[in-house]
Parts: sequence; C-alpha cells; structure tokens
Amino acid sequence: MIARAAATLVSVFAVLAVASCGAAIYETPIETPIQPKLDTSPFQRVLVVGFVAGGTEDVDSNLETVRLLRSQLRTKSNMRVIEADAVSLLETPPPQASSGADGKPAVIIDPKTLPRQIRDEKDLEAYNYLFENPDYWKKLGDEFQAPLIVTGTVLFTPYSRTGFVQRENEAVDAYGRRTVEPTRTYMERKGFILRPKFVFIDGRTGAVLHSEIFREEVLYNPNQETPALSSYFELMDRLIPGFLGTLSSQKIRGLRILLR
Amino acid sequence: MRKILSSAVLVLALCVPPALAANPRNEAKGQVKFGIEVAQKGLWKAALFHWEKAAEIDPTYAAAFNNLAVAYEHEGLFEKARKAYDTAISLDPKNASIRQNYEFFKEINDRASRRNTR
Repeated sequence: MIARAAATLVSVFAVLAVASCGAAIYETPIETPIQPKLDTSPFQRVLVVGFVAGGTEDVDSNLETVRLLRSQLRTKSNMRVIEADAVSLLETPPPQASSGADGKPAVIIDPKTLPRQIRDEKDLEAYNYLFENPDYWKKLGDEFQAPLIVTGTVLFTPYSRTGFVQRENEAVDAYGRRTVEPTRTYMERKGFILRPKFVFIDGRTGAVLHSEIFREEVLYNPNQETPALSSYFELMDRLIPGFLGTLSSQKIRGLRILLR
Repeated sequence: MRKILSSAVLVLALCVPPALAANPRNEAKGQVKFGIEVAQKGLWKAALFHWEKAAEIDPTYAAAFNNLAVAYEHEGLFEKARKAYDTAISLDPKNASIRQNYEFFKEINDRASRRNTR
C-alpha cells in the first residue's frame, strides 16, 4: 500500500520535473510583411504601355503581357489602371532621344541596324535605348496625367533539354502487391523560357525608377502536348508575385516556433 | 521503500527549488510565458514588449531571444530579427527549433533584400 503510494508520488514528481525542467515549444503562424521595392505613393494611375517582345510567334507576348499585368494591377494595386491600346514598341519605336538619361549625350542608333525579329536576348539588347529617352516618356506621361509607366521587354522562347529524368514506375509482383520504383530515364524534354524585363518609369519626369529581370522555365515530357499560350500563363503565374512585390507590400505566411 | 521515497525527494530537490527561487531566469521566464500567451492572441506588439524585457532581465536566455526574433520578423524589422536570432543561436547552438526558425527567416530576408535590378 505504502509502496504503491510512493510509486505514484515518484511519477507525479517525474511529471513535475519534466514540466519545470523541459523546454516547451509552441508552433505559431506568423505573417512577415515585405515592403515594396518602389514607392508608388506619388502615383494615382499606372499605364502599362507595351513591351518589346520576341521569341515564339505562337503567342503575342506583348499583348498578353499588357493584358495580364493590367488585370493584376486592377485587383492588386491601389492605382487606377489606364486603359489604352497596347503599344507595339517593336513596330513603332519611339523617336530617339535628343539627350540621354542623367544629362548624358544620347546614343544615336541607326534604325536599320535594329533586328526586326527578336529571337534571343542579344536581339533585345539592341532596343535598350528605348528606355533611356526621358523626353519621350515624359511626353507620354503628360498625355495620361503623369502616371507610373510600366514597359520593358519580354522574351518567350521554345527550349529543349536532354538529360536524365527520374520517374516512378508502378509494378505488380507475383503475389499481386503493388510496388513503386524510381527509375532514371534519358530523354529529351521540351518547354519554354520566359524572360521579361519590367521597366518602371516616372511619368512626371520620364526617368527610369526601377527595372527588374525575371526568368522562369518549364519543361514537359515528350508525350505532353502543351500549347504555348498555356505555358506562357503557367510561367507568368510564377512571376506575377515578384512583379506585384515591386509595387505593393506583401505578406508572407509561415510558421515559427516559440520557446519557453 | 525508503529508496523510492528518497528518490522522490531527490527529484523534488532537483527541479522544484529552481522554479521557486527568485532569480533573473525565473523572472524572464514569466515574461516569456506571458509574451507567448499574448502572441497567440495576435497581440504581437505586446509580446514584443515582454520578450524584450525578458532578454533584458536575463541576457543568457536563448528562448527569449528566439521569441524576440520571431516578433521582430512579424513586425518586418529584419535587421533586429537577425541580431536576435544570432544571439539565440550563440546562446544555444544545438537548439534545432531556433535553427529551423532562422533558416525560414533567412529565406524570407533574402527575398526581401534581393534586388534583381540589372
């Protein structure tokens, strides 16, 4: 009887010991705010003008990008989105600058030397001068009451890669049991690369405020038939949070452990 | 029988006196505990206050610095969070929970500070 009571006492003490000596942990959700990279407070409006676009001809990357960014900004930013026709900067390039950015002399480019079809990043680089023309962007800004101007380049190109791919093969043994075995197969996969460069211009002064390059790629197995437009949206879906993060604050949800 | 009783007394002697004694760690523990309670109700600013106090009372208490770092993260104060995590890890290098928090923090901090301007 006494022995049983003593044993109970010991176990109670043991629990007390763990409670008072051991560290307690509490998993708790947190929301970490991330500040936008760009201060958009001076702007009430945003104008997504158009992009120098190239790559596959299956998708009009300029038009699709303008549409997508405008629809995202309409719902996820405080600025009013200006509805205007998307400008094809490739077909109607703005006039060349009389003076360059930061008062530097303008680089005069012979339009005949510009590639008419954009196939790769090198072709796009030739058009970088477009964004160093404050007079042009300021004039455009004046037309639309000094908005934040979004422009840039978009390259959406087909891509393929050959290499080992890990797959899971399902097999049924002699006893009818299902097993899954990882196997490595050498294959050629095809997909796309999306590489947009977003340039944010102050419509009041024509100066470039910020520019950012993103790159995403997707590869599909040979038996998968994915239309180029679907791939474009799949890749854009991955990029959009980054684009929006430039203009508005975001909250990242996560879990952390609190200790005692 | 006597052995069982004496071991019970020994366990008590080991664990209860530190809990009862008034020392900085106990005072800090009280602040940490209260901070956790209010943080779980979403009152992060109040939690931050209590954990700052706990870290001040007992600067060797890793849990206080860990919680403080989490609260700084929640407030978007990344530099302060980094310093608090560094202190927590230096005080308790083997604590897996602190390390896990720090890894998650680094991922978000890198994302926030990454400037892809090219």
